[in-house]
Amino acid sequence: MTDLHTLRRKTVNVVMLTVTGLCTLFAAGTLVYILGYLFVHGATSLTWAFFTKLPTPVGESGGGMANAIVGSGKLLLLASLFGIPIGFLGGVYLAEFGGTTFSYIIRYVTDLLNGVPSIVIGIFAYTLIVLPQKHFSTLAGGLALGVMMIPIAVRSTEEFLRAVPNSLREGAMALGASKAKSILTVVIPAAKNGIMTGIMLNVARVAGETAPLLFTSFGNRYWSSGWDQPISALPVMIFTYAIAPYEDWHKQAWAAGFVLLSLVLTVNIIARAVLSSKKHVAR
Amino acid sequence: MDATKPVAGGAVRKLSATDLNFYYGDFQALKNISMEIFANQVTAFIGPSGCGKSTFLRTLNRMNETVRNSRVEGKIMLDDVNILEQEVAYVRRRVGMVFQRSNPFPKSIFDNIAYGPRINGTVANRAALREKVEQSLRRAALWDEVKDKLNQSAYGLSGGQQQRLCIARALAVDPEVLLLDEPCSALDPIATAKIEDLIFQLKSSCTIVIVTHNMQQAARVADNTGFFLLGHLIEFDNTAVIFKNPAKKETEDYVTGRFG
Repeated sequence: MTDLHTLRRKTVNVVMLTVTGLCTLFAAGTLVYILGYLFVHGATSLTWAFFTKLPTPVGESGGGMANAIVGSGKLLLLASLFGIPIGFLGGVYLAEFGGTTFSYIIRYVTDLLNGVPSIVIGIFAYTLIVLPQKHFSTLAGGLALGVMMIPIAVRSTEEFLRAVPNSLREGAMALGASKAKSILTVVIPAAKNGIMTGIMLNVARVAGETAPLLFTSFGNRYWSSGWDQPISALPVMIFTYAIAPYEDWHKQAWAAGFVLLSLVLTVNIIARAVLSSKKHVAR
Repeated sequence: MDATKPVAGGAVRKLSATDLNFYYGDFQALKNISMEIFANQVTAFIGPSGCGKSTFLRTLNRMNETVRNSRVEGKIMLDDVNILEQEVAYVRRRVGMVFQRSNPFPKSIFDNIAYGPRINGTVANRAALREKVEQSLRRAALWDEVKDKLNQSAYGLSGGQQQRLCIARALAVDPEVLLLDEPCSALDPIATAKIEDLIFQLKSSCTIVIVTHNMQQAARVADNTGFFLLGHLIEFDNTAVIFKNPAKKETEDYVTGRFG
């Protein structure tokens, strides 16, 4: 009886360990496979011209995606200028000033916004800016990405501010600081690393968004001539080039994918390094 | 008023509460407290957990107002002004506070001490600020231990040093009254002894009110002691009287360890 029981437990243990182990291997393996595949194809397709030249017409070899790299940068800049202040201040409100019902509604709506498919946010920017202007623009693309940044900026700011012990707020106020002053001079500085990390990861996340850009910033085979003109972006270029029937375009798409992934990966690693640096860390 | 008064013996009244009631929502945490605290003396509050001693301490610099749905009735006079009618920041500059758990800011030692003078704009320039920081650290008997690492994080200090840093930080705004809310409850006996020495030294320049769970501590440091029970101030008298010859049976039961 006892032996049978032990045997059963041992069998279940072995089986479950194998199953969970295989699942872990599969999850990690997929990532390694994607990274490896992209690295092999991307790195071999990457040339110096990719960073410096404009796309060439079909049939002509060479060329690059300099305009798309700059374009992604400009779009992310606009998105950050729009999304980060709103998200950050919203997070400060929720963490420090929020009442009960109103905050609950804000949190709920923010989570809903986070779950809205990115293409729907693209339609929102399209209706708001592209339709009245009657042409695609960098501004519309930046707005779409900015809206996508808001919910995560709100929630990550709120989380990191909440992690600041209440004793620090009390300490500041006991020295004669107003609530606003204690937040500005003690609470936000204490949460600074976390908030910065959240913002960097947020930027990295929207850097790879394609759908909201398809009918806002649209794309451009040349240098964009202004903030109200269409502009090229790396993810959109990958989409366009990958579905094109030309072999050298595919290579360019691989290279673009590799560059995009490297940028996102770098930002992620830096963000995590910043978060784990422990100069003045609150307990 | 059901509490006896300590003999003033020529001491000047610094703080006095009159008919003070305090509510957390519907719960009345303080019931009709009247008490006088004398300048340049140490006043201790003792009593079992939840008796209201910390709540009373925190009304003395209006820290309790940060609690939602709280309400206070009565009068608290600091010299000749009712602090309940003053601007909060003004009250807290005059009545400083040190908390149960040391709470240094995640900044350098220097910036911790300089925080109060900076936000209150009480120092004219950088040199004056440096002087203020040194003076405050000296008053808290911490200067010699930290003078070579003022720019290092305050979290590098030991628990006892962190608590003295918090005392120095409170002293940097030159409070007339210093409230200590169980300042030694998280410290070992050696660090506790240092804080108690400090309390003796600070008495000459400051009025000190201390809440403690440790009755020996009250007996050691306090000139006067108040015993709280269930929101009432049961007895308030010279420390020697409270511990050797209390007037109330509840006080005697508590200080002899029969309950609490």
